[in-house]
Amino acid sequence: MIRKTLAVAAVAVAAIAVTDAAQARDQIRIVGSSTVYPFSTAVAEQFGKAGKFKTPVVESTGTGGGMRLFCSGVGENFPDITNASRRITASEFENCTKNGVTGITEVVVGFDGIVFINAKSGPKFALTREQMYKATAKEVLVGGKLTANPYKLWNDVDPALPKEPILVYGPAPNHGTRDAYVELVLDPACEKQPEIKALDKDTRKKACQTVREDGAWVEVSENYTVIQQKITSNPAAVGVITFSYLDQNADKIQAATVDGKTASFDSIANGSYPVSRPLFFYVKKQHVGMIPGIKEYLAEFTADKAWGKEGYLADKGLIASPDAQRKEQAANAKALGDMKM
Amino acid sequence: MTEMIQTTATRTAETVAARLNRRYTAERRFRALGLGAILLSVGFLAVLLGSIVDKGWTGFLQTQIAVEIAFDPQVIDPEGTRDPATLDTADYAALVRAGMAARLSPEADRATRRDLSALVSTMAADQLRAMVTADPALIGSRATLWLLASDKLDMVVKGQVPRQVGAAGNALNDRQLGWLADLEQAHQTRKTFNTTFFTAGDSRAPEQAGIWGAVVGSFFSLAITLLVSFPLGVATAVYLEEFAPINRWTNLIEVNINNLAAVPSVVFGLLGLAVFLNVFHMPRSAPLVGGLVLALICLPTIIIAGRAALKAVPPSIRQAAAGLGASPLQIVAHHVLPLAMPGMLTGTILGMARALGETAPLLMIGMVAFIVDIPKSPLDPSAVLPVQIYLWAGSPERAFVEKTSAAIMVLLLFLVSMNMVAIVLRKKFERRW
Repeated sequence: MIRKTLAVAAVAVAAIAVTDAAQARDQIRIVGSSTVYPFSTAVAEQFGKAGKFKTPVVESTGTGGGMRLFCSGVGENFPDITNASRRITASEFENCTKNGVTGITEVVVGFDGIVFINAKSGPKFALTREQMYKATAKEVLVGGKLTANPYKLWNDVDPALPKEPILVYGPAPNHGTRDAYVELVLDPACEKQPEIKALDKDTRKKACQTVREDGAWVEVSENYTVIQQKITSNPAAVGVITFSYLDQNADKIQAATVDGKTASFDSIANGSYPVSRPLFFYVKKQHVGMIPGIKEYLAEFTADKAWGKEGYLADKGLIASPDAQRKEQAANAKALGDMKM
Repeated sequence: MTEMIQTTATRTAETVAARLNRRYTAERRFRALGLGAILLSVGFLAVLLGSIVDKGWTGFLQTQIAVEIAFDPQVIDPEGTRDPATLDTADYAALVRAGMAARLSPEADRATRRDLSALVSTMAADQLRAMVTADPALIGSRATLWLLASDKLDMVVKGQVPRQVGAAGNALNDRQLGWLADLEQAHQTRKTFNTTFFTAGDSRAPEQAGIWGAVVGSFFSLAITLLVSFPLGVATAVYLEEFAPINRWTNLIEVNINNLAAVPSVVFGLLGLAVFLNVFHMPRSAPLVGGLVLALICLPTIIIAGRAALKAVPPSIRQAAAGLGASPLQIVAHHVLPLAMPGMLTGTILGMARALGETAPLLMIGMVAFIVDIPKSPLDPSAVLPVQIYLWAGSPERAFVEKTSAAIMVLLLFLVSMNMVAIVLRKKFERRW
């Protein structure tokens, strides 16, 4: 019996090894941001349903993780497209070039807003970016000097805010949303202060971009559902999530106004809501032609029925870019224009 | 004097009684604690299972709407060629929209049509396409069909989101809710068993999402796991227990195997990434790699259980066989191994059940991904059941909440039945000496 089992196992493994060598990848592989994931998967599914190509496989690895995989080389073992909720950085681009990924096409998908939410049953927050900075930065200016953040309650930051302890659930550093929070909330609010402006670049960066580690800021590395669950069980806690997630769960959570502006499709698209950012994906040009369907996938994504103002991605919470920009981006995607840093 | 003796005696009796009492109390306290612990854990289990079932049972139902569809030849096949390619690419969504408009709002403008088509799943068009391509004679006829409702309508009908007009979280507007009331009054909505859930792969549209792709992926992974880990595990256990000399090397191996059983599973995932993907260039997201990684996780369990089972076979069996002139191989293959097999199988099944529930190691090898196509071989990209649960739990659409819990129930069912098989095997074939 043992001999038979062993023989069967050996044959199976050998058979698998042989087919493995013979089979080339015939479906697109996409990695990257969890913020772009809902849109990317929706396009992938539509693309697969059309029936000409296999449905692309989409992994949600976070923007940083996606860039690492995407830039690690050329060939069918490496992904073809990576989604990003921020622009590719210079060092990531360098890494790509070093590993032979020389042609990259950049596509701006649309916009997303970052919202500060709490449970419907909790107090309604009206926040400013400055207040969020004061509540969540590791070090703030007290009497002109950088000291460890002394604020314990929201009304320590500003008397107009509720008398509740500061507790913010936010995405961990592997999320593009976290980078965007630093870039759009912490940095601008922090660098407005003259005492900070006087510092040299490195100290300034450290002072402005580090979040609290004393328990007032809690990092959640999983997904927005986990943040939402923590928020609903603790009505005074604030969560940092993306607008598309809020849009789907507006009966359980409410968003704070930021600098007096309410987050909505319109206010994010026209830029009046202050904490919004573009979303991207990056295409490895060397894989076009090698992996079937990449051009067609780009065409599906950049068609108005997908990413237009009334396209199916709008139903998933994507905020469409203005018409002119969409047109330009679609043309660029079609021509597979090289991006430059 | 006698009084004194008596008082001493009474005192002794009292002390004894008190001490006895204390001992009984201690005994009762201990029992109560034990019982309390059991009740507490049963309570936790009940709350956990209760909330899963409560949230998830509606996931096994789907809402459908009765719509009269006119298979308009002008839309499907204007030239009347009945060419399969034409039939395949026709705009069936337009038929659905027309049917809905005819029933609910005959003079619909564009915005109204959008609201109307938001009530029906996009899968309805696929349903019509399948019907027409199977039977082109349908073209030109009319039929009342039960079409799959969209997830938004489904959530309202099931009462998962508030039904008031304009209530937050309710994705339907007042006009759509009015249509829904109209349809319900005419008994043109119904809830039926959700077969899609058991036959479809993953989807971004909750009403079209199913677990079949993940079930097949789990099956392929576990098949690979079994093929690799069972023969290896049994061979290792037999060699270590029956043939290997006891020296420093075998002791070292034994310690290492016991340690491996306690290594966090994500470490095996990293190993899989480094060896199977980066060195051997095996395909990413494939059940083949998943199965190999899971086999590594199972292996220590199988070896340890296998050795315990071999140890339980009394030495007299071996001695009797040896006394009749059997060679060591014959002793093991003809006598010891068959007697130890039930114990080994039990260990294997328990190891496999653990493998079925793993997600962390699969994250590293790319199996945590959105995969729609049902895998056809262990080389096709595929998710597995726990991964599917994890992915749905992270999806923003409200309708995925019930799908998540429903998938958890299916996974639990698999786990329970695997453990039951292990128990039955043990009860049926185990021999005691």
